[in-house]
Amino acid sequence: MKGFESGIDPASIASVTERVRAIAIGASVTSVHFLSDRAAFVGAEESVTFADKEGELSKIEICGGGLLCAASDGARIVMGTDDGRLVALDAEGGVTELERDPKRRWIDNVALHADGAYAWSVGKTAFVRSGKGEAKSLEVASTVGGLAFAPKGLRLAVAHYNGATLWFPNMTAKPELLEWAGSHLGVTFSPDNKFLVTTMHEPALHGWRLADNRHMRMSGYPGRVKSMSWSVASKSLATSGADTVIMWPFTSKDGPMGKQPAMLAPLQARVTVVACHPREEVLAAGYSDGTVLMVRIEDGAEILVRRNGTPPVAALAWNARGTLLAFADEEGDAGLLTL
Amino acid sequence: MSQTTSEKIPVTVLTGYLGAGKTTLLNRILSENHGKKYAVIVNEFGEIGIDNDLIIGADEEVFEMNNGCICCTVRGDLVRIMGGLMKRKGKFDAIIVETTGLADPAPVAQTFFVDEDVQKNARLDAVVTVADAKWLADRLKDAPEAKNQIAFADVIVLNKTDLVSKPELAEVEARIRGINPYAKLHRTERCKVALADVLERGAFDLDRILDLEPDFLEAGDEHDHHRHGHDHHDHDHDHGHGHGLKHYHDEDMQSLSLRSDKPLDPMKFMPWLQNLVATEGQKILRSKGILAFTDDDDRYVFQGVHMMLEGDHQRKWKDDEPRESRLIFIGRELPEQAIRDGFESCIVS
Repeated sequence: MKGFESGIDPASIASVTERVRAIAIGASVTSVHFLSDRAAFVGAEESVTFADKEGELSKIEICGGGLLCAASDGARIVMGTDDGRLVALDAEGGVTELERDPKRRWIDNVALHADGAYAWSVGKTAFVRSGKGEAKSLEVASTVGGLAFAPKGLRLAVAHYNGATLWFPNMTAKPELLEWAGSHLGVTFSPDNKFLVTTMHEPALHGWRLADNRHMRMSGYPGRVKSMSWSVASKSLATSGADTVIMWPFTSKDGPMGKQPAMLAPLQARVTVVACHPREEVLAAGYSDGTVLMVRIEDGAEILVRRNGTPPVAALAWNARGTLLAFADEEGDAGLLTL
Repeated sequence: MSQTTSEKIPVTVLTGYLGAGKTTLLNRILSENHGKKYAVIVNEFGEIGIDNDLIIGADEEVFEMNNGCICCTVRGDLVRIMGGLMKRKGKFDAIIVETTGLADPAPVAQTFFVDEDVQKNARLDAVVTVADAKWLADRLKDAPEAKNQIAFADVIVLNKTDLVSKPELAEVEARIRGINPYAKLHRTERCKVALADVLERGAFDLDRILDLEPDFLEAGDEHDHHRHGHDHHDHDHDHGHGHGLKHYHDEDMQSLSLRSDKPLDPMKFMPWLQNLVATEGQKILRSKGILAFTDDDDRYVFQGVHMMLEGDHQRKWKDDEPRESRLIFIGRELPEQAIRDGFESCIVS
């Protein structure tokens, strides 16, 4: 494997690799979340492994099969399983079954709302159970690709083929369809509630300015975008899919329309996952060659967190205060960095 | 990093018109004592009695790719399901995708060519079409889907042969061969076929494109099969000539075979082939070729589905092997003369 040929001298890059506590999960990891100050590594199947700062591990069995999706609000992780259950895991390791599909169909997507409501999808149907406990469902024209709650109000975005649907589950109004040809897989609202952005099956993002549904096309990626993360104060959207972190500017009222994205931290490997720091203008990026970097957004200055030469980085997350960074590669070699 | 072909999970696509016996074949595959585990993707989840741990309901959602190529359709639901299944890698050995009776196999096949993530982990093994010996001939007349499935097949399981007479069987086989002379054909009752004949075929594996001779019948047909010049306006006429097997020419679905023992000029051939599939790809369901290029000691092999082509140098020509180029196309209303002329122009004279 080759190192940093793209203008970066490995001797000169600042490194904190020595300060990373290595963690062996021993199974494929697909995402990581912090519940208080413990990192919870969600496996591709069966279990979640907690790791604390001291490297103490505890494994919690969730189901006998695959964990298809996971979302966290910092208090719990909610996961969809391939035996048709929606399961919550809390910070103490308590497991609760929230929902069970009567036909045991796959639960493909999950999203959490700050007030305790949650959404999940099975095939073409999106469900919301509000904090008050009533479940409502919405069937869209094709399989749900992704779900996201708006930062304000109980409003759910459902990504699907040919666009995204905005739905107020507590209102009788007809859900609003935002159309754009193609298959939309992931979806996110900007934290200021002004924009909706989807990842598409082809290597591109699509966005809508919610005030007037004006389109924003964000393309030019060599590979499909699978990871998106908003920087502090919705200033920009960091994305995977290229051999640099692509940062779309969202500071103006037009969003990224007519603007070039910033390209940070170029390597000779594909960015697989991005996570912006919750408080600072800093992001972490994981790459297809196993590299993890911390990057200052303002000037692109990099700090090496993990060297290359391993399977692709699959999971990356900061704790809420931004003092801990956790990551894992596809085969479950993980790490925890205390800043 | 992509895995090598052998590490990728093989995917068998099971097609066939309504009632032909797809579920019977599926259950036969699953119940046989082969020590293998299959993940099965079906279209009618929970409606049919299939006893298997890993069974996933699909939605048969066919999406057009946003790449300006109108025939470049994929199964969006398969992309999603394959993603979920890969989380359980190691828990199964192979995948079987059962399509609905009315499905076009092309989007399923194309999903395995164009989707980066799917391609990384899985490989298309073969398209297996179950056909009903009693009713197929009728369906070929009134159901374009049935014709598509026959044309697309690598393996045809001609089922319910016990329900037809010998002449009827010969008739339906001749009609199949009029569309697709290259698929392996197996006559069965209740889909009783050796699993090795339908699974692990490697039909899309470039290294296994060895022979492009028509799969003319193992039994009962010892005659030379000279190709006929057809009158294309005459429907389904009989080329029996009173010597055994009948030859049918299907008016809208044909196969075309090209051959040359003189080498091809790769600088002419590759642009010609790419242009051909770009302009006529909607009509061309399948294509395959073994090519001898001038000043090249390696065999070049390619295969394609509609507009998608993949090709590679395969191996050195053997000393005792004639350096002959062979191409086949199966498709609808193929512009035969234009294809023949184009091919001729690529031959080094």
